[in-house]
Amino acid sequence: MNPVIEARDLRFQYDDGTVALRGVDFRLYPGETVAVFGANGSGKTTFVLHLNGLLEGQGSVEVCGLPVAKQNLAKIRQKVGIVFQDSDDQLFMPTVLEDVTFGPLNLGLTPEAAFERAHRALHQVGIDEAAAKAPYHLSAGQKKRVAIAGILAMEPEILVLDEPTTFLDPPGQHALAELLRGLPQAKLLVTHDVEFAAALADRAVFFEKGRIAGEGTVAQVIERFGWSRAVIPSTG
Amino acid sequence: MHHVVLEQWSRGQSFLHARDARAKIPAVLGFLILVATAPAHFEPLALICFLLLIAGLAAARLPVMAALRRAGVVLPFCAAFAAISFLAGEPRRALSLLEKSYLSALAVLLLVGTTPMPQLLRGLDSLGAPRFLLMVAQFLYRYLFVISEQAQHMRMAGRCRGGLAGRRARFRAAAGALAVLFSRSYERAEKIHRSMLSRGFDGRIPVLAAAGFQALDAAFLAAWLSVCLLLRSAA
Repeated sequence: MNPVIEARDLRFQYDDGTVALRGVDFRLYPGETVAVFGANGSGKTTFVLHLNGLLEGQGSVEVCGLPVAKQNLAKIRQKVGIVFQDSDDQLFMPTVLEDVTFGPLNLGLTPEAAFERAHRALHQVGIDEAAAKAPYHLSAGQKKRVAIAGILAMEPEILVLDEPTTFLDPPGQHALAELLRGLPQAKLLVTHDVEFAAALADRAVFFEKGRIAGEGTVAQVIERFGWSRAVIPSTG
Repeated sequence: MHHVVLEQWSRGQSFLHARDARAKIPAVLGFLILVATAPAHFEPLALICFLLLIAGLAAARLPVMAALRRAGVVLPFCAAFAAISFLAGEPRRALSLLEKSYLSALAVLLLVGTTPMPQLLRGLDSLGAPRFLLMVAQFLYRYLFVISEQAQHMRMAGRCRGGLAGRRARFRAAAGALAVLFSRSYERAEKIHRSMLSRGFDGRIPVLAAAGFQALDAAFLAAWLSVCLLLRSAA
């Protein structure tokens, strides 16, 4: 089976000299869900931003066989949907419906087709009733759903979620896990939330100092890198 | 906060709320031209305009007194110009300046109080307002809520640490908070731009077509502009 994402020896350095990626090799296969763990500043988000060409480093990234390069960016951004950590960064249009149609209209769809896709995506995430609302009237959980709808409306083949459980209460996290479980796309979950990842991911990779230091099942990775909530000692 | 209240007002239901923004914008523009071009001695006309706006506020079921207070926000700005005219020996001109500014602010308040921002922007877009300007207005309005929330959090955090005694210390703290707010807003702008690019943004925000312009909207616009013309010719 061909991978939907393949990164080879990916390296990246920010303008201020910070080396964020030091040779990342990674593959994501159709339909699988991979959790990406790692400390803050280990390069997870920088890696994710390479997947649809928002950052451009050395080495290579291919999405569904297409090299991430300027001439392919429009196609690649349709294939890789990134849901950002803070939904407020993603919901910039005046109403939910306009926000969800933003992507489809940019793809060149007619307003009617964009409307249809938007309504379908809003229905898929279970928030049809919010279509006419302004984003600032929504709760954090609703905003996250709308942000996901905005990505689903572009009909991507890969979903990348950066810290998807941030700002969500436990019922919101549960609802999000249920929603993601029902989506057929290949998924990359960048998260610190071990329980959330364990509930959804088929495997996990661990970022350390700009490279993937290890991979395996979620249980294997958290065991190997001591990456669990139990590290906080109990006072009892 | 002003924009929260206006947002609530604009989501009301009335004859004016139901009118298309493309009818209301030229209507207000016509009114502004009427007020701006009225002669300096225009007290009777000013009174009629004021009563018309009060009637508009009442018809839109907006709180009249609150709207009158809010429109007063322009007065400190024009007071300086009015004072200059007054000191130059033109008290009537000074008064008319204040009257015109207040009436204009009240008319614009009636427009934004009866038109939700998305509709207002769409209306301005279909009437040919520059897209870039509208994009800036749209982002400003959208993120005003987020930035003001951040500012409130920072203020609260400052209070939780005991606040600061003395005007000078408070001023310094406020200046620091402003700088932080600016850098955070800048950072957020970068993130927003990234999220726009990842959804195929190519420098132009697509705008959905506005709903149909009805005969009632045309009739409203025609009637309102006729009143303005009538008042202008009588002035």
